[in-house]
Amino acid sequence: MLRAIRQRLEDRANQHVGLLAEFSDPGALVHGVEELREKGYSQLDTFSPFPIHGMDRAMGLPTSKLGFMVFGGAVTGGALAALMQWWMSAVDYAINISNKPLFAWESSIPIIFELTILFSALTAVGGMLALNGLPKPYNPLFHSDRFGRATDDAFFVHVSVRDGAFSRETTAADLRAAGAMAIEYIDHDGAALVGDDGQPERTPAEGAALQAPIVPQHTTGDI
Amino acid sequence: MATVTSKTAYGRSASGDGAPAYPDGSPMTLEDEPLVRGNLSFHDVTELVSYHTEKKTPVGWLLAFGAAVTGLGIMGLAIAYLVWNGPGVWGLTNPVFWGWAIVNFVFWVGIGHAGTLISAVLFLFRQKWRTSINRAAEAMTLFAVACALVFPTFHVGRVWVIYYTLPIPNQMAMWPQFKSPLLWDVFAVSIYGTVSLLFWYVGLIPDLGTLRDRAARMGRTLRARILGFLALGWTGSNRHWRHYERAYLILAGLATPLVLSVHSVVSFDFAVSNVPGWHTTIFPPYFVAGAIFSGFAMVMTLMIVARKVFDLENLITLDHIEKMNIIILVTGTVVGFAYITEFFIAWYSGVTFEQYAFKNRALGPYWWAYWTMMSCNLIFPQLFWKKSFRRNLKIAFFISITTNIGMWFERFVITVTSLHRDFLPSSWDYYSPTIWDALLFLGTFGLFFTLFLLFLRFVPMVAIAEVKGVMPQADPHFYHHSGDGHGAAHELPEYQQDAYAQGGSTAPTDLDHDGIPDQPDSDDSDPSRT
Repeated sequence: MLRAIRQRLEDRANQHVGLLAEFSDPGALVHGVEELREKGYSQLDTFSPFPIHGMDRAMGLPTSKLGFMVFGGAVTGGALAALMQWWMSAVDYAINISNKPLFAWESSIPIIFELTILFSALTAVGGMLALNGLPKPYNPLFHSDRFGRATDDAFFVHVSVRDGAFSRETTAADLRAAGAMAIEYIDHDGAALVGDDGQPERTPAEGAALQAPIVPQHTTGDI
Repeated sequence: MATVTSKTAYGRSASGDGAPAYPDGSPMTLEDEPLVRGNLSFHDVTELVSYHTEKKTPVGWLLAFGAAVTGLGIMGLAIAYLVWNGPGVWGLTNPVFWGWAIVNFVFWVGIGHAGTLISAVLFLFRQKWRTSINRAAEAMTLFAVACALVFPTFHVGRVWVIYYTLPIPNQMAMWPQFKSPLLWDVFAVSIYGTVSLLFWYVGLIPDLGTLRDRAARMGRTLRARILGFLALGWTGSNRHWRHYERAYLILAGLATPLVLSVHSVVSFDFAVSNVPGWHTTIFPPYFVAGAIFSGFAMVMTLMIVARKVFDLENLITLDHIEKMNIIILVTGTVVGFAYITEFFIAWYSGVTFEQYAFKNRALGPYWWAYWTMMSCNLIFPQLFWKKSFRRNLKIAFFISITTNIGMWFERFVITVTSLHRDFLPSSWDYYSPTIWDALLFLGTFGLFFTLFLLFLRFVPMVAIAEVKGVMPQADPHFYHHSGDGHGAAHELPEYQQDAYAQGGSTAPTDLDHDGIPDQPDSDDSDPSRT
């Protein structure tokens, strides 16, 4: 049991060890992912400053299960609200006012409704964080300086070492063929730019070539 | 649905006035105009918004903040005096025991409706223009709800036992009375505040990630750590966006009935009682329309100033102002229609008490309040039938102020005119507030602007990630041939793919249903649309 939990945590920590490739724009990113999946990669992830239309389908991700969780929260909230009002006003503290019924559905509806919403909203936010594994203060990707632009204007594909099709040499070449502009190998020790053979640059000249400044092609809406 | 057309290239109109136009030169309608002006890149948007949280504190901000904190101090003073002496320091006297406190409460709760309306209802209706204003409007909602809660909290008199209103076990083994609309109000407003806060925070997470990464790049470690804590480790992973977008959609779906329920429940405070002028079934929809009306007016007041001061004219464009003015016109007219309906029903009911209450409302001692309300809420917004007035910032600002005044008077008219002449003429009286009513109301503006200025200084005031998502270059198809915002055939659900079949075009095939066209290298744009 303990070992399984530890394994799970370790897997989660190692989820983002692998090759990170920068792409020029959302179109190239979707296209690149489609190509990589045709080559058999399954543990792909993409990073973008905003959700990209059609990316879930390109990555083959199913619809989020969050809706079912929220439904559970909603039913719990509504049932608790009904139970609370019935128990408090008809059982534990029953007061006869003008001989009105001690408990009535009609006057209970507003609070049932409100608590249904409250429990659903809490489940939606908590469930979203749980499914995403957030908060996650440490992520090996944060070693990469390039990656800081993923929340600004850069687009990345990540291939995890856990991917069945992953091999440091061929994956880098596959990423390059799919349209990557710069590729980094990232593990818990740091990030290093790599060439098409998957090996880090050896000479300063090679490094400079790999560091070539990236001019995003998606600068403005006018093309 | 209309036929699929290509309106991607934002050309300029043939007349050369710079107005956006369709490729054939005809001017664009309001619905199709680009949401972001100035030909900005993604990075420009990040820069435009983030800069205001990273720069040195401007002197103007400090001056405004000083004034706001002074107001907050006045609130503290007014509350201290009130708690020490009891609610007798207010102008409340028989028969008017609901005076400015309830008026101000309903006023602020009403203002607090626009934020969630913009975030949730406009989201569900796919009104993409909301992205530029939703963050600030949601913040406004939270702060308005905080101001609203001040009034009922202290109106109870013995504020140290306010927890009696919640179902918390207490020393008297007593539970709240669940049949009372006032208790429903406690639940409705506090849950509305909680859900609005959750909604706002969820929307903020990606933008906090943006600020965190910028701070790290600038070498501001402490700032990066604080923001990193709040951003929860957000990376922009698509596996996260998937759950995130679903959570946002669900929250919008939950907040929509919630926002409609809150002011309905507030109106039950009045409508469930037997007082003539209050006991009407029209109250819930009429209160909700009024809340949207006043909330949009407050958003307008704040945004017209903020877009100018913070150079956000390219994000919060005149089109946004015009769209909000249309909503103000519609809801203002709905509210005015409700005023007239109330009169008709009073006459039609044949109940003398009802008829007197309404005659007294328009022509009695508070006629001035009634006609202020009528002109501000029904008459002035009619100016917005004219397009040039809707796009005129001065007129929009003026109407937003008169709307706020008018909506305050609406609550005053409803509360006071119905109470001050009750069933027993010997107890009739003329209600006036005291200085302590006025100071507390003034003080809540201090609270509101203190919080709002802190928001403007420390939080990205425009939803950066959402604005990027509605820009034309965010569409993956923008980079091939026809980025018209529609998915290529293989990305659409099957029922939508029929449209391609009907168009007789050769859509790319996806026979194995893995989301990837069978020939991924082939041109997957629809040739009939280019």
